[in-house]
Amino acid sequence: MNEHGSARSERLTREDAAYVARLARVDLTEDELDLYAGQLAAVLDHAAQVAAIATSGVEPTAHTLPLRNVLRDDVVRPSLEREEVLAQAPRAEDGRFWVPRILGESP
Amino acid sequence: MSVEAWEPVVGLEVHCELKTATKLFCGCRNAFGDEPNTNICPVCLGLPGSLPVLNVKAVELAMFIGNALHCEIRPSLFHRKNYFYPDMPKDYQISQYDEPINVNGWLELPDGQRVGIVRAHMEEDTGKTSHMGGGGRIHDADHALVDYNRAGVPLVEIVSAPDIRSAAQARRYVEELRAILMAIRASDGRMEEGSLRVDANVSVRAGRTDELGTRCEVKNLNSLRSLARAIEHETERQVSLLEAGEPVLQQTRHWDEQAQKTVALRSKEEAFDYRYFPEPDLVLVAPGPDWQYQVALCLPPMPAERRAKLTELLGAGGPTAAQVDQVATVVALGLDTLVVEAASSGIEVPLALARTANEAAADADRAREVDRAAYGTLLRMEQEGMLTPTQAKAVLADLFENGGHPADIARRKGFEALGAGTVVAAVADVVSAHPEEWARYCQGEDKLVGFFTGLVMQATDKKANGKEVAAELRRLRG
Amino acid sequence: MNASELAGRVRTGETRAVDVLEQHLRAIEECDGELHAFLTVLGDTARSEAREIDRRLGAGEDPGPLAGVPVAVKDNLCTRGVPTTCASRILEGWLPPYDATVVKRLRGAGAVVVGKTNLDEFAMGSSTENSAFGPTRNPHDPRRVPGGSSGGSAAAVAAGLVPIALGSDTGGSIRQPAALCGVVGLKPTYGTVSRYGLVAFASSLDQVGPFARTVADAATLFDVISGHDPLDSTSLERPNPLALARLEEGVDGMRVGVVVELLDGADASVVKRVHEAAEALAAAGANVEECSVPEVSYALPAYYLLAPAEASSNLARYDGVRYGLRVDASSAEAMNGATRAVGFGPEVKRRIMLGTYVLSAGYYDAYYGQAQKVRTLIIRAFARAYEQADVLLGATTPTTAFELGSKVDDPLAMYLSDVCTVPTNLAGHPAITVPFGVDDLALPVGVQLLAPALGETSMFQAAAVIEGAAPAGALPQICAPTIGAGPTSTRGER
Repeated sequence: MNEHGSARSERLTREDAAYVARLARVDLTEDELDLYAGQLAAVLDHAAQVAAIATSGVEPTAHTLPLRNVLRDDVVRPSLEREEVLAQAPRAEDGRFWVPRILGESP
Repeated sequence: MSVEAWEPVVGLEVHCELKTATKLFCGCRNAFGDEPNTNICPVCLGLPGSLPVLNVKAVELAMFIGNALHCEIRPSLFHRKNYFYPDMPKDYQISQYDEPINVNGWLELPDGQRVGIVRAHMEEDTGKTSHMGGGGRIHDADHALVDYNRAGVPLVEIVSAPDIRSAAQARRYVEELRAILMAIRASDGRMEEGSLRVDANVSVRAGRTDELGTRCEVKNLNSLRSLARAIEHETERQVSLLEAGEPVLQQTRHWDEQAQKTVALRSKEEAFDYRYFPEPDLVLVAPGPDWQYQVALCLPPMPAERRAKLTELLGAGGPTAAQVDQVATVVALGLDTLVVEAASSGIEVPLALARTANEAAADADRAREVDRAAYGTLLRMEQEGMLTPTQAKAVLADLFENGGHPADIARRKGFEALGAGTVVAAVADVVSAHPEEWARYCQGEDKLVGFFTGLVMQATDKKANGKEVAAELRRLRG
Repeated sequence: MNASELAGRVRTGETRAVDVLEQHLRAIEECDGELHAFLTVLGDTARSEAREIDRRLGAGEDPGPLAGVPVAVKDNLCTRGVPTTCASRILEGWLPPYDATVVKRLRGAGAVVVGKTNLDEFAMGSSTENSAFGPTRNPHDPRRVPGGSSGGSAAAVAAGLVPIALGSDTGGSIRQPAALCGVVGLKPTYGTVSRYGLVAFASSLDQVGPFARTVADAATLFDVISGHDPLDSTSLERPNPLALARLEEGVDGMRVGVVVELLDGADASVVKRVHEAAEALAAAGANVEECSVPEVSYALPAYYLLAPAEASSNLARYDGVRYGLRVDASSAEAMNGATRAVGFGPEVKRRIMLGTYVLSAGYYDAYYGQAQKVRTLIIRAFARAYEQADVLLGATTPTTAFELGSKVDDPLAMYLSDVCTVPTNLAGHPAITVPFGVDDLALPVGVQLLAPALGETSMFQAAAVIEGAAPAGALPQICAPTIGAGPTSTRGER
């Protein structure tokens, strides 16, 4: 999934910040982009310390637990009341959640 | 260069909804067609604080699929595939990514051709979006409504190698896969309800080169017919581009059923960047040898084996072309045990096969549940001449719909069998009333059997058995 | 009065649960205007819960070890029909349709939930200044922060508004505010307390834990909330380590390692207190030695890659579709972006951006993948340390409580206040902070005990010894008038 082998030496740019904001679906103002680009670059410079640590042959840790095969029986449990759920929705119609028109296709 | 010089190279991705009682990560019902948003809970709605717990039955069905497709079953991990879409409650999909449960298998088509299986992994389904206004098309819609009943339904995505070389072969692959999935009760096989969804990766290459062309992914293939048509169309489209010296662009295309062509999806602002990472809310799935052994032991006979069994029952001389199709049909629909059981109780195999492939297949869901003894009795009644084929079909339809005993149904319908004497008398009447035709028949004009049979039928209120009439005519002719 | 004493009195009928509750509700009323520890106070539902406790006692039933004890719950734990905001505008008005498992366990033990406490938005922060509803103040000095992210729970317990409270700890969010407010705070072993109903920040690090004014109360609360939960796949099946029953067994022969890296860069007054705590353990019979776990220094940079990455995914669901805030726009995509722009505060946006970046194509291996490997190195380093020691000792925080506004504009400086607490989260281990005197400004100092996975029992035994030897603390400037702020050992000169 990655073409880069190590952390980039150049700092995170404003364009990087804009790309990330789009990917994360957060609208940012121009000022915010400037602010965050600088702050993120500073945090990443600090985090870059980890890049210098020798880790060849070290397995990554995603879970600290020695658990495996945690499973649930295929037994039906009660669902929520639809009205209770839809009452929390910003907008609902015909028993469903209402959203403005969607521009993109589902991938 | 002509189209014949080009060869399509097709790989298929089949999403199979697993027939579990509950969803992949919660206890909500996994059911098609319920009222919108009635099968939802904090987990499948992605409410803050909720956590997934994996359904053991889904894992077992995934292992069945792996076994049936000769895959290696491995320790597997779930990842999060991150992207925003309103029908995805958490805005990420929990899916097996680089460590899927099943890898490296194959599926053998009825003609003996093998298609490689790259992987068959577990993931959760999304909810259902309805685009409202503008004729239901996404780009013209005014707004959308979302139903999360389907969100979290377990899926296994079966990814084939690019081993398929024609639209017809793609169709056979999906038919065979569907039969396998139904045989192991992983799927109900209902493409029209979305239980099986197929995406096709299509490229073309010239002649016998090993080099693969640029591929396009074709989506929205909701039936076997549209799968075949889409591959044909996409092949033609790519060939004409290449012959005109234009490149094929790698893109996702949609099959437009009305226009009968593939269309490019609106180009995206940026390529999807799914930011996969291991799902921290779930742990490793590593079925041990005992569990794997149990699953392998429980694997029912596969369609190929069952087709061979029916063919063997048909006996020496081999099946006719029509019977080959009938065998394929009854096995694909999981009705072959009807034939096998009837045969073992002394029913002629061609008769049992024909009734099962035609009448039973037409009402397959009910036929699968039919009382086996009653089905055998009905076939016996037809075989022994107590019912004509027409009558037998009518009784069968009633039997599938309402159950009961075939003799009672026949009596209710007024299908009392005629005594042998009645047929003899009716034939004699008809023959004496039409001496000219009789003479021609005696001189060898065999097609007049139909003429006499029709008259006998009229005379007996359609209760005569056509075979008996023909036999009596032959006897009189001497 | 502490929780054990209150529960004892209620269970023996010496006092009624409703009276205990009213006393605490009055204290909240009087103090919380200035303190702002609570986002929601549950007068009516708490009163009916208390009446039910009294009714059951009257009927001869035992409501449990926390009978009639008022408890506060951090506002990132779901409470059915009660606002659960995570101190974020994006969840304003949301009423969860279910209770977190820990909330059910509290009620199952007879506790009365009196309110939801303030936090840094989505638990991201170390000062509770990132709350969309305004900061909480440190009861010892209202110009200073209570720490974070569970600042509301820490302040409420320190000020005597409740005897015990729940928080969550992803990188120190229980221990750091507990230390800054002068109370006991525990981050349990990952997997011992259910996360079901805890609004996720970083799922592989988050753990719910107790705040209390005494080690015994923390142990009681830990015993109540821990245990297997079939709704959490990362919940351990094995019996949880019981803390309370073996609390008084002492430290004779226990091996204690004082970790030099957990003192590096700490204020001299903090270092001094840690050494005093080590001496107290030695005096009680423990074998105390200095030790070095150099990999501990890798933890903070690794944490600030891993936690934001998980957070960026966990917080994607706040998209304006199903619940919470929606800012209308012409398309679903635009609505998502506008809603999240308005609904999230700056720190949350910062971490979502950071996490999205480190997971994005091209950077995963260099950042997230590398941080996961470093996590493995940290776990190995702890494993080596625990070959020589049963528990480890160090500072909880490098400094005592800092002033409001002093670090909010410098994220990196703020992040550095987690330097002593994040290593245990990465390892999945337990750690506890115990108040141990004050600094020159009479601000509380906490010392931190660490233990290997499921080592809570020994850790609590050492904590009890440290508590018994602790110099007098300071009485908070903001505190409940009648209840008294804490156990006698921390009642000191004003």
